[in-house]
Amino acid sequence: MTVLSDRQQLSYIASQAADARLNVELETEGMTLNIGPQHPATHGTLRIICRLDGEQVVWAEPSAGYMHRGYEKLTEVRTFPQVTTLVNRIDWLGSFANEVPFILAAEKLMEIEAPPRAQVIRTILFELSRIANVSLFLGDLGVQMGAITPVFLAFRDREYVLNLIESATGGRFHPNFDRIGGLKDDLPAGWIDETRQVMVKLREFCDIIEDLLFGNEIFQSRMRGIGIIPADVAKDYGLSGANLRASGVDFDLRRDQQLPMAWDKADWKVWTHPDGDSFARCWVRLQETRESCKIVEQLLDQVPAGPIMTKVPRIIKVPEGEAWVSTENPLGEMGYYVVSKGDLGPFRVKIRSASFNNISIVPWALKGVYVPDIITILASLYFILGDIDR
Amino acid sequence: MDPLSDGATTDTVAEDTPALPGDGLRDSIIDDLRRRLGDVIVDTHISPNDDLWIRVQTDAWRATAEALKAAGFTFFSFISGLDWLPSPYGKGEEDPTAEPVEPDTEIRQGVTGGDTRFQVFARLVDLDRHVGVTIKADVPDDHLVVDSWTTVFAGANWHERECHEMFGIGFNGHPDLRNMYLPTDFEGHPLRKDFPLLARMIKPWPGIVDVEPMPAQDDDTPDEAAATEGENAS
Repeated sequence: MTVLSDRQQLSYIASQAADARLNVELETEGMTLNIGPQHPATHGTLRIICRLDGEQVVWAEPSAGYMHRGYEKLTEVRTFPQVTTLVNRIDWLGSFANEVPFILAAEKLMEIEAPPRAQVIRTILFELSRIANVSLFLGDLGVQMGAITPVFLAFRDREYVLNLIESATGGRFHPNFDRIGGLKDDLPAGWIDETRQVMVKLREFCDIIEDLLFGNEIFQSRMRGIGIIPADVAKDYGLSGANLRASGVDFDLRRDQQLPMAWDKADWKVWTHPDGDSFARCWVRLQETRESCKIVEQLLDQVPAGPIMTKVPRIIKVPEGEAWVSTENPLGEMGYYVVSKGDLGPFRVKIRSASFNNISIVPWALKGVYVPDIITILASLYFILGDIDR
Repeated sequence: MDPLSDGATTDTVAEDTPALPGDGLRDSIIDDLRRRLGDVIVDTHISPNDDLWIRVQTDAWRATAEALKAAGFTFFSFISGLDWLPSPYGKGEEDPTAEPVEPDTEIRQGVTGGDTRFQVFARLVDLDRHVGVTIKADVPDDHLVVDSWTTVFAGANWHERECHEMFGIGFNGHPDLRNMYLPTDFEGHPLRKDFPLLARMIKPWPGIVDVEPMPAQDDDTPDEAAATEGENAS
């Protein structure tokens, strides 16, 4: 039992007495609780307004828009190669993964394909940005519940991945490395061996996190059976990624569509969980990180020789047409609907980001939960503000 | 047996060039939707082995969602709008010294065509058959309103709010069309093509600076400056 000082005990008794009075006097009156815009659980500036009845949330509404940068409008005044610089900043923890679907959409309209070497390296970097993104999520998960240690481990091990991304692309956060028709550069010497070593470290990190968090009794009691989202509701709201798979829906865009990428060259598994609660969402992400390590390790053995860039004109004009490409990004389904009129730049780009849909379920998911569970549900839904506001 | 899974019996596929199973499935989706909805499909487009577009009449916008949901398209991806007016402002990258080019004002709709300046489009996915469909509908110019999908897909709520804010398209039956991003009293709809991007209007894109001399070259003799320009041109 925790030892309390006299002053702490007195203040505790006083607060209990005050609560008791409050409950008698204000039994029917609600209270509005404002979470954010600045709150560690919100990964940016998201504000959530909750109306409480006692300890229970009766109504909740996220208020986004503190970070809207208007990328859909800005793409209309950029050329196609310039757009990757913008879309890098949507999900800033897995930046390279944002570039890929846009480049694939442009390539689809131009009817070209990256050479096999570029496809494999693209896939490796895509999975590395997933590992960088989700490993931070796994560490941050502890902080939401008061466990400080995992986040230090996460930052330490994510650094290894970021160093890899930096040595290959030149940018830690915003690589801007993907080009229409291939990649900007080839891999540096020794990168493949280094990556193999880092993957071993990341697997150890997953094991440690599993021991520290997922086996922890407090963690389980705060996560299990909390914030259950049934599969029907998840599909109605367009939840994607691990949030959808944690509701038992076996759908992964890496496996379930034909893209000029190299995921089909590796042997890996799509994890689902039948429960649909907060624990399931976190658990699926942990398993996904392991699968990503597996994909990277297998693809490192199969990087083919050859060019990294196919023949594209120096000034890229994309033929008239419309294309939709979505990929399984760290946060979920990220897609671009690109409309081209045959100019240097796109006519319109609709950016479908995962967190926008994942957070639109919050008013539904928070109804009826207790105040401490707000944070764990938000944390397990896992969103990044740049990905909501775009 | 589900009639949709039998993709080979569609008569639109020529017999000598058998389509990939994906396109047979896409054909049968169109047929199935015709059966469920009657004569509301205006135009369809199949990009071979890639994607499917269906344009429906404006009145049938919500009925299409209901029919597709019943046909297995249970995953809601997004709703958004399209403004087909060519931008009267260009890209803000034109050389200010050059002759002004006559801006293109002709409205040309994209895949599956259309008759109006604004269109709404949405994406639904069938998670079991791994196939997606893009649905489009015209929005009448004099009455920018379509039916809301919120009763069919709960996730449409935020997307319609965003679309209303960005394009000024109304959604009949939406519970709460407040602005998501902009202040309540903001005037205009930013994603419309005739809404100017002020940052570009007041300050030209710095990409143009490439043709200007760098500050350090100010002291250079004219001969040297000319030589550098020649190098750049080659």
